[in-house]
Amino acid sequence: MMVDVQKMEQLADNLAAQEEVVGRSLFADARRRFFKNKAAVVSLILLCGVFLFSTFGHMIAVWSNEEIDWGILGQIAELGAPSIENGHYFGADELGRDLFARVVQGTQISLMVGIIGALIAVVVGTLYGAIAGYSGGKVDNVMMRIVDILQSIPYMFVLILLLVVFGRSIFMLFVGIGLISWLDMSRIARGQTLTLKNKEFVEAAIATGVKPITIILRHIVPNLLGVVVVYSTLLVPQMILTESFISFLGLGVQEPNTSWGAMIAEGAGTMQYGTLWQLAFPMFFFIITLFSFFFIGDGLRDALDPKDR
Amino acid sequence: MLSYILRRVAIAIPTLLLLIIISFLLMHAAPGGPFTSERPLPPAVLANIEAKYGLNSPIYVQIINYIGGIITEFDFGPSFKYKDRSVNDIIAHGFPVTLTYGFLSFAVAVIVGGALGIAAALKQNSWLDYFAVGVSIGAQVLPNFVMAPILVLVFTLWLGWLPGGGWNDGQWNHLILPVIALSTSYMASVARLTRSSMLEVLHTNFIRTAMAKGLPYKVIIFKHALKPALLPVMSYLGPAFVSMITGSVIIDMYFSTGGIGQFYVNSALNRDYAVMMGITILIGGLTILFNLIVDILYAWVDPKIRY
Repeated sequence: MMVDVQKMEQLADNLAAQEEVVGRSLFADARRRFFKNKAAVVSLILLCGVFLFSTFGHMIAVWSNEEIDWGILGQIAELGAPSIENGHYFGADELGRDLFARVVQGTQISLMVGIIGALIAVVVGTLYGAIAGYSGGKVDNVMMRIVDILQSIPYMFVLILLLVVFGRSIFMLFVGIGLISWLDMSRIARGQTLTLKNKEFVEAAIATGVKPITIILRHIVPNLLGVVVVYSTLLVPQMILTESFISFLGLGVQEPNTSWGAMIAEGAGTMQYGTLWQLAFPMFFFIITLFSFFFIGDGLRDALDPKDR
Repeated sequence: MLSYILRRVAIAIPTLLLLIIISFLLMHAAPGGPFTSERPLPPAVLANIEAKYGLNSPIYVQIINYIGGIITEFDFGPSFKYKDRSVNDIIAHGFPVTLTYGFLSFAVAVIVGGALGIAAALKQNSWLDYFAVGVSIGAQVLPNFVMAPILVLVFTLWLGWLPGGGWNDGQWNHLILPVIALSTSYMASVARLTRSSMLEVLHTNFIRTAMAKGLPYKVIIFKHALKPALLPVMSYLGPAFVSMITGSVIIDMYFSTGGIGQFYVNSALNRDYAVMMGITILIGGLTILFNLIVDILYAWVDPKIRY
């Protein structure tokens, strides 16, 4: 049988020229899946936009959030509409303050409450759950019963009670939201810890004499990260919702501070005078942000969930 | 089964006690008593008033008296602001209103949400399915305090079809907007849950067997698929019902219904601690009770649960 030497050599060259197959890490795989999800990517871009708006918004604002535009006071419905000429890009509120600057301020506070609330939940909940799950036995039982008891308390009412008793401030809001938000997180972390603690690497750590607290911090917690990240993207909108709920009732942040909930309440109170922009702009940012967080959370869950491969 | 129920009740009672004690201590930690005002009262008068409300005895005696009053006579004590009525009067006045909204919204959420979810699952990837999914995603970011102003704007200010608030002895047109505002996000959750669990059940082996056997489609859906598909939905409904009553704080405030939530927020703004405490304990008791009922029902319906 004749062999076409030239063709064989060419084939060999082709093969040699081909690059080695590059291995894909778990993270790269997840990232690829995440970026294939169009809704999640669009949400990420929108969310970045909201973040940029809240950080740099005050630089393009003509008015500050406390200045009163005396020229339009009393005629907000006629003169206070959104316009480029007088610098009120989003219009003005019923006190003549610039709504653009107010929305920037409200966005900052709402996002801050959401993110800090979620951070408290993540740190406390993960540690609590990991400790309960790792300890097992009686300690686990008692710790989880405490979570059960706390979970069946109507937290919205207790939160309002706290705010009234200790005075309304952003700090109290953080404490109140932080007190309740870690409960679900601790359950999730505990469940994951229970499956992790019988793995070989934990056994190896125990065998080499590592202290339990170090095992939890160095070996268990890093392995919980995937679940924690997904859950915390879903927690942020929940925290924002809680804060807005409280502020809508007038029990949350106080003037001159503001937040989306407080602004929506203001807008809802004045909409019969025809100043619809007061309702529309805060609501727009509120809805956009919640949407984005939900879609990003969904996208992350799909990307990180090994079941769906 | 009985031991499971007993165990759950055994957890529920200390929870309620804990809630009462926490709210009681919180109230006492508050700076300024309920009778501090701009014009300070003479000390003798203040002492008399405090003696009348039992505020001069040691705090543990006050707590025991308070709990005793609730247990034996269902008495939440007097209001600190309204001299002529007790907390019981306020609850008796507002609670039926809140319950009406709660039940109606619950019914709407379950019936509309359930039907939408089942229909979407049966016609997967049809326009109905996309509509259901779209609605449930949209309603997730429209909590009741966003829905309420939008509804009033459209139906009261622009179209002028429905009144934008008031109770008016429960006249039907006053009920529509609050019920829609309250039920939307729960309806969406019910629809989403029903759809996904129905889809899951439809892909199981026993449904395929039923199909292969040639059972009529209706029998398969209603007799075999529906019950297991509704189980996960059921566990959502207990907490949802409670949060509908809790969530109606917004509805009560925004639509001035005269429900319990309106009294709650007003008493919070007036620092009328007795009313706040009474309502907190009432809602707390309801929350605990409904969670208990749902857990027991769940264990009873689902044969797979071991307790």
